[in-house]
Amino acid sequence: MADTLTVYDSDRRAPPMIEELIQALRYRDLIRQLVRRDVLTRYKRSLLGVAWTMLNPLGMMLVLTLAFSNLFGGTRAYPVYVLSGIIVWSFLSQTTTSAMSQLTWGGVLLHRIYLPRTTFAIASVGTGLVNLVLSLVPFAVVMAVTGTPVRLTALILPVSILTLALFALGLGLLLSSLAVYFPDVSEMYQIVLLGWMYLTPIIYPEQIVPEAYRWWMFNLNPMYHIVQLFRLPLYEGIWPSAARLASALIVAVIMAAFGWLVFTHRADEFAYRI
Amino acid sequence: MSLRTVFKSTGAHPRGGEPIIRFDHVAVRYRVPHERIGSFKEYAIKRLQGRINHQEFWALRDVTLQIAPGEIFGIIGRNGAGKSTLLKVISRVLHPTRGRVWVRGHVVPLLELGAGFHPELTGHENVFLNGTLLGHSKREILERLGEILDFAGLGDFIGAPLRTYSSGMVARLGFAVAMAWQPDVLLLDEILAVGDEAFQRKCLDRIALYCDSGATVVLVTHDMSVVHALCPKAVWIDQGRVQSAGPSADVVRDYARAAQA
Repeated sequence: MADTLTVYDSDRRAPPMIEELIQALRYRDLIRQLVRRDVLTRYKRSLLGVAWTMLNPLGMMLVLTLAFSNLFGGTRAYPVYVLSGIIVWSFLSQTTTSAMSQLTWGGVLLHRIYLPRTTFAIASVGTGLVNLVLSLVPFAVVMAVTGTPVRLTALILPVSILTLALFALGLGLLLSSLAVYFPDVSEMYQIVLLGWMYLTPIIYPEQIVPEAYRWWMFNLNPMYHIVQLFRLPLYEGIWPSAARLASALIVAVIMAAFGWLVFTHRADEFAYRI
Repeated sequence: MSLRTVFKSTGAHPRGGEPIIRFDHVAVRYRVPHERIGSFKEYAIKRLQGRINHQEFWALRDVTLQIAPGEIFGIIGRNGAGKSTLLKVISRVLHPTRGRVWVRGHVVPLLELGAGFHPELTGHENVFLNGTLLGHSKREILERLGEILDFAGLGDFIGAPLRTYSSGMVARLGFAVAMAWQPDVLLLDEILAVGDEAFQRKCLDRIALYCDSGATVVLVTHDMSVVHALCPKAVWIDQGRVQSAGPSADVVRDYARAAQA
């Protein structure tokens, strides 16, 4: 019997990056449970429940359309334009913020029992994915109402979502490891997030940005490219170029790997800090 | 009804052979910043001035010990002596700063019942959440679900949100999940508060059953008579160091002598 037992040896560990990956895979059922918990409990006491996941971006779109459609009057089917940006942005802000807060506030668990430390960030992205997919339903309705045709280009969406998810995971892990040491990061990030959103053409058309700034503003902003991966196929109805797709995906993969590396390298220390 | 009665009836079942837990010169260091540095600005200023000094706190220093399979092993010491840290190292919550830890098999820390329970989820949903937190797969939980619900004995409440439970009911559910699988190593605190007397009895019976089938128990306690009565071997820790280890009669004697001095 003793021979079949799993052995934990504190000295014989794979590099943290690899070990964490193995453990996260072993705990995949936990990640699923956490996603389930987050999706179910978020609106548990409200009357409409999970439907809020769909109503939320819709409401925001409505407000923004009322406020800005005159200002950006030249933009065709403004509700579709703005909604395609909002769902991407909400995904980023929700998942990264929740990865951070779950680790710092929910980190009590890490003091008490062993579990892979990346669990919280992965589960946050998982929850975000569920919300994102759900919000595609009202999105389709808005497209239909505004007479925007759904084209074959929408088939690229899984790649766009993957890119977004990888980028958000990397950023979430990076922010979480920072927030363990500096609790103020969470607050600061909210402000940064707001500024970042206004620097990204989410609610305004690209054309209003003065020519001189465009190159800087768009090329140095990974979120611009990721938003384009959604907006081009859904709103414009055209395929993103292979170069655009590849560069966005590469940036996202680098972000995910970097976040994972930094986080796992530090993770052993979290239990002493949180 | 206490742990003592249970272990008296079952006793230890040392199987000999390779130790199931081994500590080789284990040290654990907590780093507590002197004053909490909350912002980058503060950090940058202090960094420049070279004033970032962490207060180092060694919770364990050079602990070497071995626990044989099937043993009931006692850990004694004052509050803050390092007992909990030692258990956390066994359960992998803390990675040793120095030294090496070696543990064989499935460890159940019976100190943290109901970890991650969510008040808005039903008892049934919480079983899956808590079970997966303890490292079990959904399939494993499904296999034992009937048994878990049976043991917790919550009746129709199992479908109600956890916030409607009494604290005793929460503890029962937590225990039922934690103890649904035969552990190889059981981490126990002497004070095991799990609901009313009848349920306490049930829990202790379950622990006894697992001991009979060879589980190793690591027991933390303040009560010398418990150690004396139950644990063939024990260790006394103070200020993170092993002060005395070996047959529990000797360890308890050393501890008592130091307490008088």
